[in-house]
Amino acid sequence: MSSRIDEANREALERVLKSRPVLKTIAIARDVIPGMDENTLLHAGPPITWDRMSGPVRGAVIGALLLEGRASTPEEAAELAASGKIRFDSCHHHQAVGPMAGLISPSMPVYVVENETYGNRAYATLNEGYGKVLRYGAYDEEVLNRLRWMANTMAPVLKAAIEAVGGIDLKAMMAQAIHMGDEGHNRNKAGSALFLRALAGAIARNAPDAETAAQVLEFMAGNELTFLNPVMAACKATMDAAHGIEGSTMVTAMARNGTDFGIRVSGLGDRWFTAPSKVPDGLYFPGFGPEHANPDVGDSTITETAGIGGFAMAAAPAIVQFIGGTPEMALEATHEMYEITLGENEAFGIPHLNFRGTPTGIDIRKVVETGIVPRINTGIAHKEPGIGQIGAGLVQPPMECFIQAVEAMAEALG
Amino acid sequence: MAVLQTVVRRGAYYDSVTLLKVQLALRDMDGIEEAGVVMATPHNQQILADNGLLTPEARDAGPDDLVVVVRAVDEARAAEALGRLDELLARRVESSGVSTYRPKTLRSALRTQPGTNLALISVPGRYAAGLARECLDAGLSVFLFSDNVPLDQEIDLKRQAAEKGLLVMGPDCGTALVGGVGLGFANVVRRGPVGVVAASGTGLQEVSVLLHRYGTGVSHGLGTGGRDLSDAVGGASFRAALAALAADPGTEIIVLISKPPSPQVAAAVLADARAAGKPVVVHFLGEQRRGRQDNLHFAATLRETAAVAAALAGSRQAPERIQAGDVPQFRFAPGQRYLRGLYSGGTLCYEAVALLASRLGHPWTNTPLDAAYKMDGLGPSREDTLLDLGDDAFTVGRLHPMMDPEPRARRLVQEASDPETAVILLDVVLGYGAHADPASVLAPAVAEARSLARREGRDLAVVVSICGTDEDPQPAAAQAEALARAGALVQWSHEQAVLTALAVLEQAGRPVRLEEAAGAGEAGEAALPAGSGSGQAQAPQAFVQAMNGKIVAVNAGVGTFAEALAAQGVPVVDMDWRPPAAGDDRLRSLLDRLR
Repeated sequence: MSSRIDEANREALERVLKSRPVLKTIAIARDVIPGMDENTLLHAGPPITWDRMSGPVRGAVIGALLLEGRASTPEEAAELAASGKIRFDSCHHHQAVGPMAGLISPSMPVYVVENETYGNRAYATLNEGYGKVLRYGAYDEEVLNRLRWMANTMAPVLKAAIEAVGGIDLKAMMAQAIHMGDEGHNRNKAGSALFLRALAGAIARNAPDAETAAQVLEFMAGNELTFLNPVMAACKATMDAAHGIEGSTMVTAMARNGTDFGIRVSGLGDRWFTAPSKVPDGLYFPGFGPEHANPDVGDSTITETAGIGGFAMAAAPAIVQFIGGTPEMALEATHEMYEITLGENEAFGIPHLNFRGTPTGIDIRKVVETGIVPRINTGIAHKEPGIGQIGAGLVQPPMECFIQAVEAMAEALG
Repeated sequence: MAVLQTVVRRGAYYDSVTLLKVQLALRDMDGIEEAGVVMATPHNQQILADNGLLTPEARDAGPDDLVVVVRAVDEARAAEALGRLDELLARRVESSGVSTYRPKTLRSALRTQPGTNLALISVPGRYAAGLARECLDAGLSVFLFSDNVPLDQEIDLKRQAAEKGLLVMGPDCGTALVGGVGLGFANVVRRGPVGVVAASGTGLQEVSVLLHRYGTGVSHGLGTGGRDLSDAVGGASFRAALAALAADPGTEIIVLISKPPSPQVAAAVLADARAAGKPVVVHFLGEQRRGRQDNLHFAATLRETAAVAAALAGSRQAPERIQAGDVPQFRFAPGQRYLRGLYSGGTLCYEAVALLASRLGHPWTNTPLDAAYKMDGLGPSREDTLLDLGDDAFTVGRLHPMMDPEPRARRLVQEASDPETAVILLDVVLGYGAHADPASVLAPAVAEARSLARREGRDLAVVVSICGTDEDPQPAAAQAEALARAGALVQWSHEQAVLTALAVLEQAGRPVRLEEAAGAGEAGEAALPAGSGSGQAQAPQAFVQAMNGKIVAVNAGVGTFAEALAAQGVPVVDMDWRPPAAGDDRLRSLLDRLR
């Protein structure tokens, strides 16, 4: 049996390492996301029903229903959401990922990322920026107007620009960003700048007028998380290619819906192994504290699943100013992740570790054996809808998820 | 009104040395009356209960949970002390300016330090074999300090080691000198032509120190752990180590030290020894056998073993002549008749029992030759009593007496207050792993014991056997001087110390046989087994390469062992080892199924 699991994990890891995610274009969710229809809303994390959703996710649902014109007031939207007429489903079940609440509604524009090695695709929305935004559960007119502008004005320009440059090799860009001090989850300063640089000329050429071009460029320049969503889609396209390998104990998804933390494992099909989501531990913006925090939420842990984010912290020591800690702690985080991973991603070399590849491919067996849970950097959402991000820090995935998965694997293999 | 406060850390493993040091530090803090810092095994919970520290939280904790309980004069002091816990638990790590990360798994330790060829393991016994197996799989020889390793696992490990040309020293191996590098408790001795294989820890230390003192030195000193020469294990490591030394060009003379093995194992070992092609000095502790059989030279004491080996090595520095007569006069009171021995080295205690048995009469002891004289020593001594204070019964919840001389110092004064005590015999074992300055604790106790006796109208002799060299981290000469100034009769070999104690005892009116009967213990032809049918042991090739090359080590468990290696210039990764699956047996068995 030993060789069977090791063999399966070798294959799973190889698929991760050989994946080549490329940003191809932007499209409308209902047109490209499999299983998407007018009555479907996708959310972050493992599946969850309206009655169990936390504040920010409910707020995002309300905002999405308002945006789609399915309700005219927040109360109406909440009633519709509770009525059973709306199908809620995990982004992960539809080749998609979304940060924080992760809401994807049918009319939203999404990045289309293709894993050119294996042919599978993944999708993610466009990032709205900081502050009062839908992904943190805000749904007032300002939020909805921004989303409309993004869909109607920005997305067509960006789509044309991406196509004009022949797509963007996200893996190469992520590698470069890591050399520039990003870890790809909470710190995307460098990646966002690289992304903008790659597209600026094409945006100028493809915008209907100079003012629109300037608006799009300024919007992207003002948002250091612009690159997060393409990165997440790249990670999703990568991990999906390694999912479904019989006998493999490699984690292919970690995601939170604000209530539950869930993982999926390559060799354990579509099952989620879930446990209550914890409140992150970190630095809070002035005026906020842990008492305001929502339990951990979002699909952005797909970055750690793919071996960046918290796993690449050694490359991003500056991040400790944002999430707390010391540069030594950032180094330690990456070192510790080598203990629970199957291999290293040579494409993502960490300068400070003499370009050693990032720790890649979480093995549920190693997590349970060592007692080390994956290191996750994350933003912290206010538990009330609409207030937005109130801090950033670290969160511990619940060990129970990994124990359940080990039990299931032992059972599956008899 | 005293208050109790408790901290429980689930699945947080720390080695016992670290915990005891933290416990001492907490106890020393202002306003703290008592502190307990333990892994919450049932046994340790009992210790907490005995000290009035078993809070409900401590009772509910499990064997892989760290429990810290303090009793303080008030809540604030308790909280203050517990607030310093993390700082106290943090093991010092040299800052390389790059990373202070301590790997938590062997795989990761080996990744960060290619070329590793030796593992020091001192984790709890039930995890030790699993980790040792991983090390053997990775091609490392193992120094296995842990005890309580199940016998079947020991046998398996040694079989696996043999297949891979590796050596397992232990379990329950306290010392070794591999290529000049001291492992565990070890003295700094000159390198030289004598190789030693020992199933006895302080036996190896005493002989290596005396070889150094006699002007020669040690090529390699390989420990095997006491159970290796049992019938079940069959001397697997002992024979492999002997074969390694037989094949080693740097070893000209071989010394073998062990308690008397069973006849079958003895036959196999001696057959290997005869085929070694080099002189072999054999000492079976407690046996009086002497004399020469072909290349085999039997010796009757540790000192004699070292002297014979030194002579064979051509050392021109003559061993000291053992003299029993020349001791100062003591004015013992009537009723002062008995000898009390307080040992930190088990082998030394056993040797003293053997020497007394033939010259004075068998003492009461926890390391008897004759089971009729067995006592646990936890109660008061009676008549002549020799105690190995490193025995498990004395070290539960405490550091080994070599590392912490305090309890022995207290017992020394206690024995001095007994009007029947005439002579107290101590060993002081120096070297890596031992207390940084044992004389600083023992010398004042010697002075106090002697003045206590004098105040009560008696006299008291304290005889000290020093096992150490001037190159040790605690230079032996300075230790000896401090003890002598306090009034101890300091001796440089254990045998001489015992004979000195006996000579003093004679002044107390005890009939003592100071000269051995002529011809005692000569090895007769019949005492030697005939040729062996069991086949000769193979030298462990990978280990031989490591011992003659450069030792590169990983350490799991007691941190001071890693510090000692670093002090000797040996590259070492000190793992931040934790029990697999936080010690959950059900999960461990599930994980075993998923290997």
